[in-house]
Amino acid sequence: MECVFGLVGKGFALIVADSSAVHSILVHKSNEDKVMVLDSHKLLGASGEGGDRVQFTEYIQKNVHLYQFRNGIPLTTAAAANFTRGELATALRKNPYFVNILLAGYDKDIGPSLYYIDYIATLHKIDKGAFGYGSYFCLSMMDRHYHTGMTVEEAVDLADKCIKEIRSRLVVAPPNFVIKIVDKDGAKEYAWRETVNM
Amino acid sequence: MSRRYDSRTTIFSPEGRLYQVEYAMEAIGNAGSAIGILARDGVVLVGEKKVTSKLLQTSRSTEKMYKIDDHLACAVAGIMSDANILINTARVQAQRYTFAYQEPMPVEQLVQSLCDTKQGYTQFGGLRPFGVSFLFAGWDRSFGFQLYMSDPSGNYGGWKAAAIGANNQAAQSMLKQDYKEEMTREEAVQLALKVLSKTMDSTSLTSEKLELAEICLAPSGEVKYQVCSPDALGKLLVKHGVTQPAPESA
Repeated sequence: MECVFGLVGKGFALIVADSSAVHSILVHKSNEDKVMVLDSHKLLGASGEGGDRVQFTEYIQKNVHLYQFRNGIPLTTAAAANFTRGELATALRKNPYFVNILLAGYDKDIGPSLYYIDYIATLHKIDKGAFGYGSYFCLSMMDRHYHTGMTVEEAVDLADKCIKEIRSRLVVAPPNFVIKIVDKDGAKEYAWRETVNM
Repeated sequence: MSRRYDSRTTIFSPEGRLYQVEYAMEAIGNAGSAIGILARDGVVLVGEKKVTSKLLQTSRSTEKMYKIDDHLACAVAGIMSDANILINTARVQAQRYTFAYQEPMPVEQLVQSLCDTKQGYTQFGGLRPFGVSFLFAGWDRSFGFQLYMSDPSGNYGGWKAAAIGANNQAAQSMLKQDYKEEMTREEAVQLALKVLSKTMDSTSLTSEKLELAEICLAPSGEVKYQVCSPDALGKLLVKHGVTQPAPESA
């Protein structure tokens, strides 16, 4: 089952997500990318109902782009997070989206940051966080091993520890994961951790 | 003959002009003037109060300067009742932005949104344009201190120094002559008072006829909007030699 987690390191933020598209007991594919590159310096990792996830994250992405075109300046990560929260909160009392979001970004004057936004429109600024069944293992793993000012190597190592724990302890563990990083040079895919190809 | 193109705001004359918009700008030429100057460490707004009657009690300390948000203020020239409507929409826009993004609205975005409203009244029929020009002074994190000027047509631009209202052309050319890059706020105030003293009709400047407001950064890094008290303004006028000390105090 779904696992999305992320953390803030020294000068960067990292998001990891499983890449399984499941319905009921069936796995339809295991290379579904659930971490969207929102704009040049933002990553949006999302878990939740498949359709809602794609619809909502694309909606946010397009609005963030529209803002940039209209105003010639990008939204800060904090502003994008608050905007996302607002959209979820408005939808919540109409026809809610079932999506949980980790939003990571890098701002020139602020540095890296990570925001936790769940489907009932809670917003928290965090250093480390996780969604889904995998969160039971990731959170305790990160509580034990996370420290401020981690390097990329340390952070990826911790992410690998989390993935290993999920694979060995979770009954319904997803086989593949994607790791993405955002730093001063932009948001990009860092690596895949795959045990199944399809 | 020109009546044919006057009665509707939305119709071009054969020469390609919009008369109602031009008349609106004319209306502003009669209003009390205002000057804005961009300084290194802030923005200065100085306005001329038109004293219509000694009996009139003004309810507020400033009648031309309005705070729109914590980081943004404007000076008005033109029809005040029109301006009040626009200032209200500006304040609503600024708060809406803060509600959506939990951040102060970038200055140019607010100016643009307001000018979009103004423009609408030059295009959609049956209504007259707003007879108001604004000077916007503000600070945001992307572009620092900024000064914008807007007119009834919905045009706006960023300026280092600008003047609106009566005699604005004379003021503008004086500003052009005496503006120096990298002025401090104090120098900007001095320049604004000097220009206003020469372009205003009345012979001597007094603190009752003027108002002064500044946008600057507090040592804490917060944006501050401060209005100069009449007493302090009176002292400034004497200090910069644009008026004589009041005879009573001598």
